[in-house]
Amino acid sequence: MTTFTDPQAAAPAEAPTGSHRVPEQRRRTFGQWFRHKGWRHVVGVVTTLFAVFPLLYVLSAALNSNGTMAGSNVLFSRFDTGNFEALFTNPSRPFGKWFVNTMIIGVVTSAATVFLGALAAYAFSRMRFKGRRVSLLSLLILQMFPQLLAVVAIFLLLNAITDVVPWLGLGSQLGLIMVYLGGALGVNTYLMYGFFNTVPKSLDEAARIDGASHVQVFFTIILPLVTPILAVVGLLAFIGLSSEFVIASVVLTDPDSQTLAVGLYSYVAQQRSENWGVFAAGAVLAAVPVMALFLFLQKYITTGLVSGSVKG
Amino acid sequence: MLTTAPPGPAATRPPKKTAVRSDSTLGLLAKIVLLGLVDAFAVYVLITLFLQEKWVILLVGAAVTVLVNWIYLRRGGLPAKYLAPGIFFLVIFQVFVMLYSGYVAFTNYGDGHNSTKDDAVNAIQLSAQQRVPDSPAYRVSVLEADGEFSLLATDPDGGVSVGTTGVPLEEADDAVLDGTGKAVELEGYRTLQFGEVLANQEDILAITVPFSDDPEDGSLKTSDGSNAYVYRPSLSYDETTSTFTDLETGTTYSDTGEGSFRSADGEQLSTGWKINVGFDNFVKAFSDPNIRGPLLQVVLWTFTFAIVSVLSTFALGLFLANAFNLPDLRGKRIYRILMILPYAFPAFLAGLVWSGLLNPEFGFINNTFFGGADIPWLTDPLLAKISVLVVNLWLGFPYMFLVCTGALQSLPEEVDEAARMDGATGWRIFTAIKLPLLLVSVAPLLIASFAFNFNNFNVIYMLTDGGPRFSGTTANIGHTDILITMVYEIAFGTGVGRDYGLASALSIIIFIIVAVISAISFRQTKALEDIN
Repeated sequence: MTTFTDPQAAAPAEAPTGSHRVPEQRRRTFGQWFRHKGWRHVVGVVTTLFAVFPLLYVLSAALNSNGTMAGSNVLFSRFDTGNFEALFTNPSRPFGKWFVNTMIIGVVTSAATVFLGALAAYAFSRMRFKGRRVSLLSLLILQMFPQLLAVVAIFLLLNAITDVVPWLGLGSQLGLIMVYLGGALGVNTYLMYGFFNTVPKSLDEAARIDGASHVQVFFTIILPLVTPILAVVGLLAFIGLSSEFVIASVVLTDPDSQTLAVGLYSYVAQQRSENWGVFAAGAVLAAVPVMALFLFLQKYITTGLVSGSVKG
Repeated sequence: MLTTAPPGPAATRPPKKTAVRSDSTLGLLAKIVLLGLVDAFAVYVLITLFLQEKWVILLVGAAVTVLVNWIYLRRGGLPAKYLAPGIFFLVIFQVFVMLYSGYVAFTNYGDGHNSTKDDAVNAIQLSAQQRVPDSPAYRVSVLEADGEFSLLATDPDGGVSVGTTGVPLEEADDAVLDGTGKAVELEGYRTLQFGEVLANQEDILAITVPFSDDPEDGSLKTSDGSNAYVYRPSLSYDETTSTFTDLETGTTYSDTGEGSFRSADGEQLSTGWKINVGFDNFVKAFSDPNIRGPLLQVVLWTFTFAIVSVLSTFALGLFLANAFNLPDLRGKRIYRILMILPYAFPAFLAGLVWSGLLNPEFGFINNTFFGGADIPWLTDPLLAKISVLVVNLWLGFPYMFLVCTGALQSLPEEVDEAARMDGATGWRIFTAIKLPLLLVSVAPLLIASFAFNFNNFNVIYMLTDGGPRFSGTTANIGHTDILITMVYEIAFGTGVGRDYGLASALSIIIFIIVAVISAISFRQTKALEDIN
């Protein structure tokens, strides 16, 4: 996911469709229709099938308590909830806990990410200070290097922290959240910085004249006005975190503390075909919240992707 | 621009009257409480560091604590107050870990080399234990406290002492004795019953109670939970020459300067220590036949994978965006939503689900589409690569579709019309006019997409786990491994021992490649101009 692009592209992704509809031309031959529109439908149907059939397959496997991979090959041959029951009754693979862990880690981290990012964006947007340009530049450069590149060093650092503060070290969800917060600035600050700049400064100046402190301006004037970008950044962070595997797999070793990504991988890592139905049920439950959030966010994300957010 | 002084300073300083707005009491209170909590935690950490005698970290920690307090207690310096929390985490978990990767890359850190030389000497002495012939038996009871087992030993003369692994024996005179004079209970501990001893056999066998802090004095070990014997190291360490001598064979193992003890005929003691090895890891990466061949293939494949992924997703996305960029196409919204679904599906699940679809024996593709054929989608080197690319196309084309749709719709319509007036056909309009205009706006996204795919760990790891494996190497690296999955495999994999040094060296190589990509993308983007 990136944030900078050309201003030319700053248009909503979807043009209004209804108003442009040209009158139907009934007399056209099939050939003309096909050349103009028909092939688009063929492309649409083929691509849709390509896009959707793996999802249908996993849904079908989830609802088929036959359980094995070989038994899942006739789509929607059975409908029952056996896999879901098995999913929640396996004590050595506590799916319920994984789900809760993912939610907690995701929500805490994205909330903290939004807060830290908003603090930084407020400073960059509203204050002028020495090193401001350099700091912004450094953030821009740093966000090019994803944390997972340093996964070995992160592991060794947490290993060392374990000796000093055990509840922040390896195996600790709090430790993992801390690691994730290392990436809280960077791309998020940029998204927010651009949006903060769109709030007129006259607003906070007026508030300051009325006696508000900078803290009050931040919490009562700015934050309410930038809620949309806070929501988008928070949800994007949450979606990203729910798929994060590398660092979580290194930090969380105890099955009870793992996240969905790590847990579901362990479900099929050894015997992929035996646990298939139960895994599919877990995959469906894990994917539904993320996909729902995503489709809800789709409009914002589209404009965000294209318009670039560095813009003020 | 804020010029006013910051709000209510801490209680230690009386507020000046000039131009200081007093913050609300609530704000001041919140500040004191938060800073207090941070300081309390910092003091706790600093004390722990002091007790563990980690002086360097203690100094750095103290400096950071002072800095944080200075930032929040002083007047002015408002930006720092807002930036400090985020930057704190950024510096530790993004900047420091990068630098630390750089440091580790120049060490032999890994299995068998994960501590100091003193620790290694201790560990060798403890592990190479042999029962002292004809030594007397100590009668022992196994105790438990806080989930840890200790041995309560009654020596042949009737003296009682207690200790556990890492905790030398100390006298325990207040122990309760049974009829035979064997100590069986001690205050603060629970004595294990016979059944429990059996259940925890492995842990109990592992208990090694040293007689003193000096490993040469030997230690007590039990094999049945009721009798313990004296063990002494079979290797004797000579500090002046820094050598180990095997007490039975007389073989001498000496420090070779490579972080381990080695005998004259090349035999090496398994426990070594961490030393700086300079560029050895990089040299090893490019010269060790076990690594070099695979590494070159992996680098090549990483670039192929990233480039082909970008091109294929962009081509399909652009084609679809064009096909559906018709205002009056019926069902456009439905197509759109359905086609975006793969992008919304979590990537790690996508890899796992596709690995099931493509499973040669039981998979849907082989059984349903190919009538039970046995096509090795994930186990043939070439087919596995194609499968990875197809799955990544599945995951990535919706993004490009969204991006291209947005970019196409933002192109001015006049250009299109003018070209039509001049008699250009649809294809020519597309290649000569729309595509160049489009590329201007999506080029930075393509570079970002390349950078992302360069480290696209989830798809590879979940789909093929890097397999099928290369034949000429012992490491668990395969034909579809990209650099980042190779790093993960070398650092945390089960194939050969963990080698953090080599893994970090490979990380550094990725860092450099990413830096070059970033430099290119910076030239392509106007982002820099926007920072003002």
